Amino acid sequence: MSEGVIKKFMYVNRKPPYGTVYALESLEVVLIGAAFDQDVSLAFIGDGVYQLTAGQSTGGIGMKNFSPTYNALGDYDITKLYVEKESLEERGLAIDDLMEVVYEDEDEDYAEKPSIRLVSRAELADIMAEQDVLLNF
Amino acid sequence: MATISVGGKDIEVDEEGYLVNLSDWSKEVAAFLAGQDELELSDAHWEIIDFLREYYDEYQIAPAVRVLTKAVGKKVGKDKGNSKYLYELFPYGPGKQACRFAGLPKPTGCI
Repeated sequence: MSEGVIKKFMYVNRKPPYGTVYALESLEVVLIGAAFDQDVSLAFIGDGVYQLTAGQSTGGIGMKNFSPTYNALGDYDITKLYVEKESLEERGLAIDDLMEVVYEDEDEDYAEKPSIRLVSRAELADIMAEQDVLLNF
Repeated sequence: MATISVGGKDIEVDEEGYLVNLSDWSKEVAAFLAGQDELELSDAHWEIIDFLREYYDEYQIAPAVRVLTKAVGKKVGKDKGNSKYLYELFPYGPGKQACRFAGLPKPTGCI
């Protein structure tokens, strides 16, 4: 679409999904920003890992459950969702407690592939160091 | 808050004509909203409207036009997955206008 420099953008999600508007705002900025064809990834650390937990139900708090929207990210060419392993473990969670987020790989006949990538704190630090822009939510 | 009256029922719409409550939607409401833009809904329109409603049901968002175009191409045929085809159906913009007919909010990031 647009020509020019492609930068590496990482959106860092640190807060639980409900209670504050950070998680939803981050997701909306990601979707809007996707129009600019940059190299976008998301990181989930600290309480941010709760944003991806499976089986979210918000009926009791009168808020919209926006967790299904993470599965739309693949349509926006956002296929890298880094989850910090230590953050999960510190909360008694494992990868199986997270919902399945997949994208379709156009180059491989639309095969579904997982978007969530479990990384250690040290690995995530290295990935962060490679970014041009870090946006914290 | 403005209201429209369809089949004897008053339905709330926002200042841009989008439904306030998604649950108020029906095919009659869609036809009424299209009538406001002097459009008559054909099967080709319905194909896109149905697709948008399914997409919203699954992902809780209205897709951006770029995503809609790609997805329509995949789902209902390559010849329909281009903006020319979609703009012919929805001259005010497939995202903006078709989402309004479908009873969805304006697409995220749509101005």
